[in-house]
Amino acid sequence: MSEVAFDGVTKRFGDVTAVDQLTLSIRDGEFMVLLGPSGCGKTTALRMVAGLETVTEGTLRIGDRVVNDVEAKDRDVAMVFQSYALYPHVTVAKNIESPLVARRFDTGDGSPRKLTSAERAERVTEAAAALGLTDLLGRKPAALSGGQRQRVALARAMVARPAAFLMDEPLSNLDAKLRAQTRIELVELHERLATTFVYVTHDQVEAMTMADRIAVLSDGRLQQVGPPQAVYDRPHNLFVARFIGSPPMNTVPGTVVRSEGATSVRLGGQSIEVEGLAAEPLADGTEVIIGVRPEDLVVDAAGQVEAEVRAVEWLGHERLVVCDLAGHQITIRQAAGDDPVATGDVLPLTADPAKVHLFDPDTTERLN
Amino acid sequence: MATDLHQARWKKGAWYAGLGALALLVLFPVYMTIVRALSQPRAYVQAGQPPWPVHPEWDVFTRAFTDGDLGRKFLVSAVVTVCIVGGQLITATLAAYAFTFLQFPFRRLLFFVFMATLMLPIEVTLIPNVQTIRSLGWLNSYPGLITPFLATAFGTFLLRQGFRGIPRDLLDASQLDGFGHLAFLRRVAIPVTRPVVASFGVIAFLTAWNQYTWPRAVVTEGRWETIQIGLRTVATQTIDRNNVGFAAALLAALPILLLLIFLQRQLVRGLTTGAVKG
Repeated sequence: MSEVAFDGVTKRFGDVTAVDQLTLSIRDGEFMVLLGPSGCGKTTALRMVAGLETVTEGTLRIGDRVVNDVEAKDRDVAMVFQSYALYPHVTVAKNIESPLVARRFDTGDGSPRKLTSAERAERVTEAAAALGLTDLLGRKPAALSGGQRQRVALARAMVARPAAFLMDEPLSNLDAKLRAQTRIELVELHERLATTFVYVTHDQVEAMTMADRIAVLSDGRLQQVGPPQAVYDRPHNLFVARFIGSPPMNTVPGTVVRSEGATSVRLGGQSIEVEGLAAEPLADGTEVIIGVRPEDLVVDAAGQVEAEVRAVEWLGHERLVVCDLAGHQITIRQAAGDDPVATGDVLPLTADPAKVHLFDPDTTERLN
Repeated sequence: MATDLHQARWKKGAWYAGLGALALLVLFPVYMTIVRALSQPRAYVQAGQPPWPVHPEWDVFTRAFTDGDLGRKFLVSAVVTVCIVGGQLITATLAAYAFTFLQFPFRRLLFFVFMATLMLPIEVTLIPNVQTIRSLGWLNSYPGLITPFLATAFGTFLLRQGFRGIPRDLLDASQLDGFGHLAFLRRVAIPVTRPVVASFGVIAFLTAWNQYTWPRAVVTEGRWETIQIGLRTVATQTIDRNNVGFAAALLAALPILLLLIFLQRQLVRGLTTGAVKG
């Protein structure tokens, strides 16, 4: 069993609270991505799991064991660092072997013991083969490419057969092409090893493509946890709505208007009907923030609001149309084959009510 | 292009000429010491002190060795130097490690206080230190010659510069691998900064071997004289035999010379660490 569970975990560095009352349960075998902007506490959370930072408050469990006071080496976790942290003065083989040298392992005969050099060599060979590093075992890290170093770091993590893999932005030092390829390889590796992965990144593409579930963090607080699509489709608050998605969700402030049973939101001089959107009817005059993703805005002659085109960005397979709506900049994503638009055009817009999000401007929480 | 190349060659030539002149300037006294050591003293003076040997006496080195009892002095110097270098390597490595990788209260302040001792010339601390050694009964003994030099601010500073170049992630990775601080120091920190450690070893050796003031202060018996103190005895003998003094000086410098020849690369590499970013 290798669940990783944070229960009210807080980490403070002096006066700074890096992680604030984090409660999050990562299931056995799950690929969990901790996502957030830099400084949101995601790396600190990961380092607490690794045992490289102490827990200020709360309980941290790995499996059924509370590990608050357990040393890093005894936690049965492996970490892949952003910098890879390979030992520069020894060979790839020695690097991969390093987690096996000092630690004791339960090899099935009851009491944990140190591995013999033959056992270590066997495991190194196996891990190297799994990641295509066999021919590089005699080289030193300086003689490897970025992608190869990254694989050595993965092999070093695998070799101890840990209960959980911790990864701190492992792809950020790779170029875009290699990153895309490595994403796929990591997902395959996760399936093959069937082990818990905790993966930290600020890159939403990595999060969306690899995660079983995403945990979005901001300012040390957990904002939302869920499968990538669910987080994308139903963000719990404005932070998540704006952080996930590229280009980000359009958010425009407005006021609820109720008249003769119909509910609409006034945006500047225009209004858009949002009948039945909220679980509870919103009172007349309620301030809201309305959010619609760029791909959910449709140009339609019957559209309720009008926006003026400011700029058109061609991306080959699609185009982004930047418009002005009641003094706010919004973006519409269109297929390359849609009717052409030009700067200065006024577009009538509509959106599927099911894809319109309403947020409270004060609490930033979702209203519908 | 052609003129550029031409110019570059000229420039290089000028550099070599300048460096060559400097080298001659530095080597001239060494050469003259060799000349004076080999020359028969009276004949040399009579010949008008030319820059070449007069009536060379090749057995002068063995005479210097036996007459000056250099064997015993070499031994004392060797023991003192090896102990000081070994001790400094150990204490400086540990201190530099602590100042780099460990978190403890007043770390920066302590480091600066430690570094401030670099500002004190030996003359300032000489008298209190000699009194301490005397009160310990360590005059004319190895402990008296060695103990005051077992810690070094300079070495700590140099090694700390080297250790600061080690990424913090390596320490974290090593912790996850199950290694403690001493194992990290031995397995990673020292091997990674080997050029710095080696160059510090060379510098420590030079300094310890060439010590003069301190051994003069704590040694009063001939048998505890180091080689540098022993030279004084040999050199102050009669004019007739001053070539023996020059020969002894050359012998005393020999270990240093060998060290520089074999380890000059380490020395330069270590001294430029931290000054130049790789």
